[in-house]
Amino acid sequence: MNNYVVLPIIIPLITGMVMVVFKNNIWLHRILSLLAIALIGVDAVFLLEQIKTSGMQTLYLGGWVAPFGITLVADMFAALLVLVAAIVVFCCLCYAFSSIGSERERNYFYPLCLFLMAGVNGSFLTGDIFNLFVCFEVLLVASYVLVSLGGTKIQLRESFKYILVNMISSFLFLIAIAYLYAITGTLNLAHLSVRVAEAGQGGVITAVAILFLIVFSLKAGLFLFFWLPGAYSAPPTAIAAIFASLLTKVGIYAIIRLFSLVFYHEPGVTHLFIGILAAVSMVLGAMGAVAYWDVKRIITYNVVVGVGFILAGFASFSLVGIRGSVYYLLHDMIIKALLFLLGGTIIHLTGTGKLRDMSGLIRLYPQLGWMFFIAALSLSGIPPFSGFTGKIFVTTGTFQSGYFWLGGIGLLTSLLVLYSVMKIFMSVFWGYTSFTTESEKGTTKGLLPSMTFLASLTIALGLGAEGIHAYVDLAVAGLLDPHIYIDAVLGGNGR
Amino acid sequence: MSIVVGILFAIGTYLILSKTFLRIVLGTSIIGHGVNLLILTMGGLKKGSPPLRGLQAFNFTDSLPQALLLTAIVINFATTALFLVLSYRAYKVLGTDDVEQCRGYADE
Repeated sequence: MNNYVVLPIIIPLITGMVMVVFKNNIWLHRILSLLAIALIGVDAVFLLEQIKTSGMQTLYLGGWVAPFGITLVADMFAALLVLVAAIVVFCCLCYAFSSIGSERERNYFYPLCLFLMAGVNGSFLTGDIFNLFVCFEVLLVASYVLVSLGGTKIQLRESFKYILVNMISSFLFLIAIAYLYAITGTLNLAHLSVRVAEAGQGGVITAVAILFLIVFSLKAGLFLFFWLPGAYSAPPTAIAAIFASLLTKVGIYAIIRLFSLVFYHEPGVTHLFIGILAAVSMVLGAMGAVAYWDVKRIITYNVVVGVGFILAGFASFSLVGIRGSVYYLLHDMIIKALLFLLGGTIIHLTGTGKLRDMSGLIRLYPQLGWMFFIAALSLSGIPPFSGFTGKIFVTTGTFQSGYFWLGGIGLLTSLLVLYSVMKIFMSVFWGYTSFTTESEKGTTKGLLPSMTFLASLTIALGLGAEGIHAYVDLAVAGLLDPHIYIDAVLGGNGR
Repeated sequence: MSIVVGILFAIGTYLILSKTFLRIVLGTSIIGHGVNLLILTMGGLKKGSPPLRGLQAFNFTDSLPQALLLTAIVINFATTALFLVLSYRAYKVLGTDDVEQCRGYADE
């Protein structure tokens, strides 16, 4: 029992509710939201240290013990994700202060972000599959409002599609839960794992597992990403950055959690299927990123490539591959936020997203240009930056498990990713400076600090990969051996 | 019961595949009801026994699916309300309720 586990969920929830009451006091909103996110970060650091010294932390809500009540479980993997999510949202909120506009600020932008955060943290920390559904809905409802907040034409059009797709995937999620409950008679993840292991993963359970995979693929943008480029390019920069770095990652987290804890008995079927989907989404995402000449489109298709690459490592289901997935997942959350903020700043400055309409920005904005260069290199996994560690482990892992095609596609697509972001870099920052300070549409004032912080974080994570090695290895050990999780949650009862 | 679920799903799918906003919203609502019935059926339908585990523990109704159902209904209600408001606003701003005319990136 550890009450720290519930704090990342209730802090943003309560703060958000308090903020709704004081609608017109924008400064209070700003300060409270930053404070709440910072508290979550501190709490996550506490949790990390506790997990490192004394194993996974659990909390039985209402005192109902494991298989009956709702359990919250903080293992190393979840705690790392909560920490990085808090850092990323902190930076995106700092960016939003000077870019989001007072209209949106007055219409509950900050409370909505906090509710989104509550849903995201809840999904990471829950140990109950129905509670996972509820947390998904919390974050989705907040994201529906955030996508449409502002009510421009493109936002309304894209949010209609976004809501429809996500509602249908939520229904499929409920159906899958209903079937799983009918088969196993439990909803607790650890208990599910025990029951599935006892009964053996037969054809029916594998079919339900594939249904879960479809649901989470829709949320994560794994292969079923048709809704993603539209929905992520419609909202303002800060919101799009939060979405790109958090929402797809929640889907990935759910896939990794379910297929390492519950449905791990038939890797020849389910994990191969994940591998194929990952390969296809890498190829299609890279094609999209190469084909477009629009800043927002290129970076949204790069989200799809990232999702594919993370799950390629997981599909190999080996120690090295999963270690790579965890490293790359942490890297991807930071770098996607940074990339979206940089792309949004370019559009904010020039007033256009078309690559052919701009050139020579580096003369006026050298810091922005070099940060974009760092982000581009880090995204495609060039050594000193954070993408490299994940990429080398994922590739080694897929090769070790004999999935040579998967590793090969991963390497090939990272070249295409490099080409697509270098295309932005060369046509935006190089060339003849036709652009003067008079013709700029906005300023970088107040926007640079958060991006600089994220950029230095990607360098630090690349150079100091050894420093978080102990934490990542604990996370990987927890993912590879379901008994650690089961013992932490159920203890002696339930066996 | 499962036949009813099937019929609800068929109607819902048909409505979602149609073109106007309102029909799509209604379609999601009907599929939502189908899902709720499915959860209820999956708990096992028993006749008239209380949802309590008494001394004679032979016959009791599993109350968990009903609890899940209640949560799912509330969530479905909220999202449907949001979806309806949003589609009305989209109709006002875009000037059309036909999804065929909502595609394309020409006007960006």
